[in-house]
Amino acid sequence: MDILLQQIINGLVQGSVYALVALGYTMVYGILGLINFAHGEVVMIGAMIALTVLKALLAAAFAPVLAVLLSLLAAMAVCMALGYSIERIAYRPLRNAPRLAPLITAIGVSIVLQNLAMMIWGREYHSFPLPFTSVSHQFGGAIVNDVQIGIVIVALVIMLGLMWLVHRTRMGRAMRAVAENPAASVLMGVDNNRVISFTFMLGSALAAIAGFMVSANYGIVHYYMGFMLGLKAFTAAVLGGIGNLRGAMLGGVLLGLIESLGAGYIGDLTGGFLGSNYQDVFAFFVLIAVLIFRPSGLLGEKLAERA
Amino acid sequence: MLINRIFPLAVLGLALAACGKNETTLPSSSDELVVKIGAAAPLTGPQAHVGKDNENGTRMAIDDANAKGVLIGGKKARFELLSEDDQTDPKTATIVAQKLVDAKVNGVIGHMNSGTSIPASAIYFKNGIPQISPSATAVKFTAQGYNTAFRVMTNDAQQGRALGEFATKVLGLKKIAVIDDRTAYGQGLADEFAKAAEANGAQIIAREYTTDKSVDFTAVLTSIKGKQPDLLFFGGMDPQGVPMVKQLRALGMKTQFMMGDGGYTPKLIELGGGAEEGAYASLPGVPLDNMPSGRDFSNRYEARFHQPIQLYAPYCYDAVNVMIAAMQKAGSAEPAKYLPEIGKVELNGVTSKIAFDEKGDIKGGAVTVYQVRQGKWSVVQTMGGAPAAH
Repeated sequence: MDILLQQIINGLVQGSVYALVALGYTMVYGILGLINFAHGEVVMIGAMIALTVLKALLAAAFAPVLAVLLSLLAAMAVCMALGYSIERIAYRPLRNAPRLAPLITAIGVSIVLQNLAMMIWGREYHSFPLPFTSVSHQFGGAIVNDVQIGIVIVALVIMLGLMWLVHRTRMGRAMRAVAENPAASVLMGVDNNRVISFTFMLGSALAAIAGFMVSANYGIVHYYMGFMLGLKAFTAAVLGGIGNLRGAMLGGVLLGLIESLGAGYIGDLTGGFLGSNYQDVFAFFVLIAVLIFRPSGLLGEKLAERA
Repeated sequence: MLINRIFPLAVLGLALAACGKNETTLPSSSDELVVKIGAAAPLTGPQAHVGKDNENGTRMAIDDANAKGVLIGGKKARFELLSEDDQTDPKTATIVAQKLVDAKVNGVIGHMNSGTSIPASAIYFKNGIPQISPSATAVKFTAQGYNTAFRVMTNDAQQGRALGEFATKVLGLKKIAVIDDRTAYGQGLADEFAKAAEANGAQIIAREYTTDKSVDFTAVLTSIKGKQPDLLFFGGMDPQGVPMVKQLRALGMKTQFMMGDGGYTPKLIELGGGAEEGAYASLPGVPLDNMPSGRDFSNRYEARFHQPIQLYAPYCYDAVNVMIAAMQKAGSAEPAKYLPEIGKVELNGVTSKIAFDEKGDIKGGAVTVYQVRQGKWSVVQTMGGAPAAH
């Protein structure tokens, strides 16, 4: 029983991170119908900035809590600027181009960011200097530490905040309007470019937070860390129904749970025939199954409306 | 609008240009013999830090040889380095290998991983280009019947057996869990380790897997936790080893942790945050400090590259010197002429005394086991030196 509980906790922590990153994919897709493959790299840049600022602040003897907050804010600010620039440079000029073109620039941006990070921060793994020790708690036989609890709570708060923003504020209404019909929203006086820029900045800020959380959890920062995370988060977004905020959250948490329960129990369930090497296979198998029976994802809307 | 379209392209162009390699080839004078040494290792991706270290080691050997002035067949040789990035990817490795062959390299130092060295070795063999891998340890690498493939490191059978015997006979551990990263290296080492451990009376109570790109192992570790092993052996590299040992401790497990040569890096300690204390790892050869030229090599490496040796740089250094020694003996840098001499080379390298058996494996093959003690890699004991396993 404690093993099952531990696996569920593992899955929730992992899933919360997936969900946060998946939100970035899904918001951009919802509004532009574009898959921003550079999003994973934005997470990595966020982690790198947080690392650099945190190191500098701790060296300058700032209070630990202040240093953590300031480095997080710095990472968010830089990522927002980065998200804005990416959209402005790589996507906006191609807004009316065939859909394949922005997809390719997205991959290009991803490669450029990865290589820039490699040039700036080097190829080596950096240690993330969390200025306080993350205390472990016993919880019904399972063990969970402060950072993990923090990840789940922060992710939850951010998701609720985002729902409020999209459904209760003026900007949120503008976002939904652009998503529904960009031509009509312009006629209604919505500045589409501003809304799209805002969406990119918002998604990038979430990416920065996710980058910080991943680094704090694993204690390691590397220029390549965004790639796999981006891929997993994209999977989560598709699983939940890309373009749908609740779907991204659900997809993220589900993917985390599937992965951890899959890796933990697949060996025992199949009598050792399949092992934990099928962890990713298992996750993608679920994805394929969902897409066969619900092509638009678990909570996705019918695609016909968008096309 | 035109500016709008051109500007982003210009930015991308600049950024890409900045990423390009700057290999400059100087024009050669006629009395000089230009010898092109190819090097292949992952210079991007998760293992880039180790791959760059390989390139550094190769570069140092080449610069030393150029500074010293090596005569091959009466001509002064000038060595040039052609470094390629194989991205740890078997497919890319074959492309890179073909590229080096097309560039008419005289020999290749590489690749770094077993998974890349094996497919690439077929291409070098077909074109008769000698290949000395500093670090490919999979048994298969030299067992394919290619007379062009050599390595200056013990193979997985030698290393896995040494570690398996160490875990059971020296540490007296009985219940062992094994994880590997599903690469040719990780899987090969883990299998050999498990075989040796079982032969010595230990029980493999869990056999789990991950990938060489994963960072989260909590699910697998949790399932192992239920089986309460004395030791967790991981066949893989440090990018996975670090988070694995951290998560092992975070889950409150007191299980001992052991890796092969992929774990014996300064990064394991730097990034481990204390979780790595007590962890074991091995490295073929005898400790660098015990070799007369070893200490000197590591001092010069640190002075030049402003970082400690990551892992295989000394092996690359030795590999280049083996190649040069064979060329000198043959009096030629032509692959067909000096290839037969490589097997006969006997050289006191910085890692150990180097001589090859008939397959191209290193003879003797001592393996040293290290442990993290008070945040430092300390020598536990050197195992073997027995003849290579076949």
